[in-house]
Amino acid sequence: MTSYPDWWKLIFGRFTLEAIPYHEPILIGTFAAVALGGLALVALVTRYKLWGYLWHEWFTSVDHKKIGIMYMILGVIMLLRGFADALMMRGQQAIAFAGNEGYLPPHHYDQIFTAHGVIMIFFVAMPFVTGLMNYVVPLQIGARDVAFPFLNNFSFWMTVSGAVLVMMSLFIGEFAKVGWLAYPPLSGAAYSPGVGMDYYLWALQIAGVGTTLSGVNLIATIVKMRAPGMDMMRMPVFTWTALCTNVLIVATFPILAATLALLTLDRYVGTNFFTNDLGGNPMMYVNLIWIWGHPEVYILILPIFGVYSEVASTFCGKRLFGYASMVYATVVITILSYLVWLHHFFTMGSGASVNSFFGITTMIISIPTGAKIFNWLFTMYRGRIRFELPMMWLVAFMLTFVIGGMTGVMLAVPPADFVLHNSLFLIAHFHNVIIGGVVFGVFAGIAYWFPKAFGFKLDRFWGLLSFWFWVIGFYVAFMPLYVLGLMGVTRRLSRFEDPSLQIWFVVAALGAALIALGILCFIIQIGVSIIRREQLRDTTGDPWDGRTLEWSTSSPPPAYNFAFTPIVHDLDAWADMKKRGYRRPLGGFKPIHMPRNTGAGVIIAGLATVGGFALIWYIWWLAALSFVAVIATVIIHSFNYDRDFHIPAEAVLREEDSRSQLLGRA
Amino acid sequence: MAKAKAQAQAAGVPAFYVTEDEHAHSGGSTMLGFWLYLMSDCLVFAVLFATYGVLGRNYAAGPSGADLFDLRLVAVNTAMLLFSSITYGFAMLAMDKGRQAAMQGWLVVTGLFGLAFLSIELYEFAHFIREGATPMRSAFLSSFFTLVGTHGLHVTFGLIWLSVLMVQVSKRGLIEANRRRLLCLSMFWHFLDVVWIGVFTFVYLMGVLK
Amino acid sequence: MSSPQHHAEPHGAHGDDHVPHGSLSGYVTGFLLSVVLTAIPFWLVMNDVLGNATLTAIVIMAFAAVQIVVHMVYFLHMNGRSEGGWNMMGLIFTIVIVVIVLSGSLWVMYHLNSNMMPDMHRM
Repeated sequence: MTSYPDWWKLIFGRFTLEAIPYHEPILIGTFAAVALGGLALVALVTRYKLWGYLWHEWFTSVDHKKIGIMYMILGVIMLLRGFADALMMRGQQAIAFAGNEGYLPPHHYDQIFTAHGVIMIFFVAMPFVTGLMNYVVPLQIGARDVAFPFLNNFSFWMTVSGAVLVMMSLFIGEFAKVGWLAYPPLSGAAYSPGVGMDYYLWALQIAGVGTTLSGVNLIATIVKMRAPGMDMMRMPVFTWTALCTNVLIVATFPILAATLALLTLDRYVGTNFFTNDLGGNPMMYVNLIWIWGHPEVYILILPIFGVYSEVASTFCGKRLFGYASMVYATVVITILSYLVWLHHFFTMGSGASVNSFFGITTMIISIPTGAKIFNWLFTMYRGRIRFELPMMWLVAFMLTFVIGGMTGVMLAVPPADFVLHNSLFLIAHFHNVIIGGVVFGVFAGIAYWFPKAFGFKLDRFWGLLSFWFWVIGFYVAFMPLYVLGLMGVTRRLSRFEDPSLQIWFVVAALGAALIALGILCFIIQIGVSIIRREQLRDTTGDPWDGRTLEWSTSSPPPAYNFAFTPIVHDLDAWADMKKRGYRRPLGGFKPIHMPRNTGAGVIIAGLATVGGFALIWYIWWLAALSFVAVIATVIIHSFNYDRDFHIPAEAVLREEDSRSQLLGRA
Repeated sequence: MAKAKAQAQAAGVPAFYVTEDEHAHSGGSTMLGFWLYLMSDCLVFAVLFATYGVLGRNYAAGPSGADLFDLRLVAVNTAMLLFSSITYGFAMLAMDKGRQAAMQGWLVVTGLFGLAFLSIELYEFAHFIREGATPMRSAFLSSFFTLVGTHGLHVTFGLIWLSVLMVQVSKRGLIEANRRRLLCLSMFWHFLDVVWIGVFTFVYLMGVLK
Repeated sequence: MSSPQHHAEPHGAHGDDHVPHGSLSGYVTGFLLSVVLTAIPFWLVMNDVLGNATLTAIVIMAFAAVQIVVHMVYFLHMNGRSEGGWNMMGLIFTIVIVVIVLSGSLWVMYHLNSNMMPDMHRM
């Protein structure tokens, strides 16, 4: 590396040809697969002349529905990457016993568990949750789009930008080897001098900008753009949970941004925030990152609670039990989620008074969550339950999540935590709540709203197969980890000495393989449903006998969502409309005022990616150039005042007539 | 809405949609959205203040606030920011009356005060660094430079934004969109004042207290 | 950060878009109050008027709190009515979180330091 001349360093920073991992067969194989797949995709898109369509109809779209779908696609793609990491870890741990080193060298294994955590939280769970909120919330509140449609597009591309940086680290350089929250001093310049940590920092920083702005956007949407008559206590529960989630996003992601910025300064400038020298304090990082980290957990689960609530009332055919208590529980969780962060580091040494305060608040926060479980149960009680796919996910969730919640309360007891901290028990616990809660809920949400988004239902057979593989696979994969954790096995180990532990890891690997089948079945389900779309077609726009406003419009909804803004008289607005003999308006349409598509979001996010890459590799001229370019693009974009257009009344009439024909056919 | 209700009562069945549909478009949400952004910015500063609060006395045998800070300079700087605040207020009053030239004038004055504030801050920083009190010297100095510098960075962005808006107003006049942008910048500018109150109290004044 | 999210309004002013921008007397009052509220703490500290660091710290923090309220009211035009009370709601929520972040961090880290690094203060 020292042999590179000065002009090289000036142009390419610390990038050298050795940074390409030729010597890692796994990475080269992956790269070949990704490159071939990518080339095939590019060739197909070019062959069918789809670039113009993709650019004009999707990439530059400010339509919340399309952006929501793009978020979901991003989530699925990154799920495949994150899950590949999980399989590799499970495989390694199942064989690396008693002298067998396994197939992953430690430096590679460490990157994998870091990438797995980062990707699953930031680039799988977050896009899924944001995607669902983006798609559903404006429809549920009877709005035509979000409050700031361009900002929405920009937020999405910033998230993509972060994901792209993480993916680049696979083939150019390396990723961080520090665990998903990158505690210093390990993540500081002294112990992690490579580019991996910098990939981590800039990917999260760039994606975080998108997340924060999307939070602002959705709050403003929910506050300002509800249909007339929909006061706060008539908002659908999913919208309520989305509101609380976005409040949490806006009030926590800046904390993450600031904390990561301080670590970045430590690494790039040589400041002493989290170093061991000159008065720095690494524990402060742990404290700050968890002030973000704990609310983040609720950012993921709250909207999913909303999904379950919608699913419960729809498929039980009755109003949600205890709507008001559900809302209050959500709000209480929102505030309490800021008062529990220290339970992630009871063992750090703050002492008895601090630990008992946070232990007690942690136990308190489980109360509103428990109340919600009872609400869903009582919604099911004496309901006419239809066991469609979303409902099955709900039942699996309730069974699984309760176990995760109970192990959570165990961890909330500081003395117990001293035994279980950083053990596989903890790993089992949070996978139990994230898979059993968030992932199951995302699949419930996808199955529930897919017909709304595309006009046909998902195939039931492959859905059931995916469901059973996921649920059984989850238990097989994670119950052994509880046992191992109780036996004292710590997390993030790549090889073991005690052969008596091996059987548990083998079982867990088997479970991961079952989950892999579940994911495979999900992908097949999408494919089969597309092929069989005519048999699965829903012409009514209301395939589940839904209760909220998104089911009152066509599937897929027109660009303007509602020809006329609905008026809400009841909590379950659409159920109320159906009961009282609502008739679709067939004429008298007016031109509809809509925002125009723009490529500015893609361009700015693209420049941010380049800038991030340049900063990671110390290519200062490129970093400066892209920074200036971002500012310039924003300024130029702000000179464009012509951002709206009207959909003419005739176009609305045509759209609505074609829906009338569809409805007539049904 | 009132119209829809009247219709409903006339027909005896409730109206389920608004026929006279002029939903005020996104413009109506801008001020709230911008306020929410400011609140999120508040939390960035909260982290920096918390870090300063925790690490601000870790001098690592280096200089302390009492050794470094020149309160007279800080007082002048605070005055610059306060003046810029009231002149921005005058600009907004001129905008309300539709007096574009007067408004632009006040914006220039605001920008100059902002520039003066930044220059004094940069002078102060340069002075510290010359004396060896660099951000790398101790955790106290790291958190000092980062907190005060982040505020300064915000002022810098405010100034860039101010100049862009002045060009836009001169090209387009005081149209609705420009007024809204000026109001957003007004919130941003006054918000920076509020942060500065925290800075001069917690960092400078309390820093020199023994 | 310019303002990419703002939309041009092609069909003129909306009646409901009116935000209170304050009045001349409001701005002048706010300015005078903030000058006084700034000057007193500086005077207290620079001349060591109270002769007691802890007391001075408490007093200047109180002044800062009052001055923040003054700025909020006279410059940022906060009241319970703007945006249907949502601005105030957002502000109160933010203040709560800021207080939690600040006091929580100080509390946690103080206990940590006194438990784990009792020699910290001699550094």
